[in-house]
Amino acid sequence: MSTVGTTAPQAVVASSEPSAAGTPWLLSAPALMLFVGVLVIPLAMTVMLSFHDWGQYKGIEPVFILKNWREIASDPYYAEMFWRTFRIALLATAITAVLGAPEAYILNRMSGRWKGFFMLLILGPLLISVVARTLGWALLFGGNNGLVNKLLISLGLINAPLPFMFTETGIVVALAHVMMPFMVLSVWVALQRVDPQIENAAMSLGAGAFTIIRRIILPQIMPGVLSGAIIVFSLSASAFATPAIIGGRRLKVAATLAYDEFLNTLNWPLGAAVAVLLLVALALIVVGSNALIERRYAEVFR
Amino acid sequence: MRTNGPLALAFHTIFVVVMLAPIVVVCLVAFTPEGFLSLPTHGFSLRWFREIANYPEFVHAFWISLGLGMLSSFVALLFAVPVALAIARYQFRGREALMALFLSPLMIPHVVLGIAFLRFFTSIGMGGSFAALLVAHVIVVFPFALRLTLAATTGMDRSIEMAAVSLGAGGWTLFRRVTLPLILPGVISGWALAFIQSFDDLTMTVFLAAPGTETLPVRMFLYIQDNIDPLVTSVSASVIAITMTALILLDRFYGLDRVLAGKSDPGR
Repeated sequence: MSTVGTTAPQAVVASSEPSAAGTPWLLSAPALMLFVGVLVIPLAMTVMLSFHDWGQYKGIEPVFILKNWREIASDPYYAEMFWRTFRIALLATAITAVLGAPEAYILNRMSGRWKGFFMLLILGPLLISVVARTLGWALLFGGNNGLVNKLLISLGLINAPLPFMFTETGIVVALAHVMMPFMVLSVWVALQRVDPQIENAAMSLGAGAFTIIRRIILPQIMPGVLSGAIIVFSLSASAFATPAIIGGRRLKVAATLAYDEFLNTLNWPLGAAVAVLLLVALALIVVGSNALIERRYAEVFR
Repeated sequence: MRTNGPLALAFHTIFVVVMLAPIVVVCLVAFTPEGFLSLPTHGFSLRWFREIANYPEFVHAFWISLGLGMLSSFVALLFAVPVALAIARYQFRGREALMALFLSPLMIPHVVLGIAFLRFFTSIGMGGSFAALLVAHVIVVFPFALRLTLAATTGMDRSIEMAAVSLGAGGWTLFRRVTLPLILPGVISGWALAFIQSFDDLTMTVFLAAPGTETLPVRMFLYIQDNIDPLVTSVSASVIAITMTALILLDRFYGLDRVLAGKSDPGR
């Protein structure tokens, strides 16, 4: 779920051909028909599906009732599941912000060649299969004598092995790793707008390193951190592979629950309701926080 | 203030090590000579890569993924190039809305897309078919194909086109002989990025794939749910190698930094 780059670039040549009124539509027509037919209509069907009835023996009944929505609203199981989903997403977002923002700052101060090299190392994993990356964490966590626990114990940070597999802690750590490139990228983009001379000016006026970071750098990269946070949060809240592999079959989040309803229980209307609720909740959160950020940092975006 | 202190470099080192650790571990375990999950401390072995051949479902899933990725990114480009030309060259009413619609697969959680496609294709009797997978993948990779093609069309020098027109070229000839060659690097990079997105997608595909049309990530996911053994690490290592190849292709034709900086969204 990207929050940037949705606006089209300005047309290079503003319609020079006089007979061209219909040309752009003609060019877009095939794609437009594809999107209406195979994206808009299926999404509308899914919303409808969430109002249908379902029974073990009768299957899906195309009626309009609120049964599924009532069940989600009244059964505390769903409230707990959604709360867990958003708690995991929020923690993963916090970790990426606290670690990713300083890393972007350090990257930005490196010299050209090293900067490029490390950017590649940190952003490259973005394009590597999520299943493979999560499998890596499952191997590192692996039971009580996994590498992570061995390392933490030998460093004296913990005394007894921590359970990572099949726990929320494990999901949060793996998700934070999967989402980290987005945060680094987002803060790095914000840093490109920061004038290094301001730092030098502050230093010449006697500001210490800590003061410079707190008073000069942080306020300027905050919009980058926040827009990175929105991307990471919405992707984490709808993540499937990582919670499914690390969380196992019991620890459910919204995406894995919807999957279960569709492919195991076969209660499609209920699964559709869970998915639609996730979509609506995320849309509200993203639009709401975007509006907040833009109002708060209006001067930065100008 | 322009250089990093020792503390910053220490943080940076740990950060990079943690970022790479899971990927490196998968690739190392894939080379274990043992019959169980372990780091290859007693020499490297290819036995688990050879073992893949004994699992036809992985081999089959690999071909499905490869075919699906190549085909869906190609079809997505057939639709995306005209759209890119329209958006880059014309100011018209509804342009922003059109752009928002075409980029919307990036905003919608893939689990919702998976459910919507499953519902749709089942209701028209195409559930579990390769054709259904193909159409779904075209939609999901379309934004990636469009973005890179659009960047190429927007940055194109149009005076060459004008010259061709003045020499009498028009319509299809103009596009095939002048426009397309000029935007080709962007188109090829769009294809490669779209391919990676399709090749790696799990969340949406897991809803659509049926036995026989399972893609490699789906097959790997279902396998991992039951048990994790060295076999799945060697399969993962192969997948990582294929992604790397596509990445190098991207870097050659386009520059990876440009792809990543323009790419604020994922691949899930």
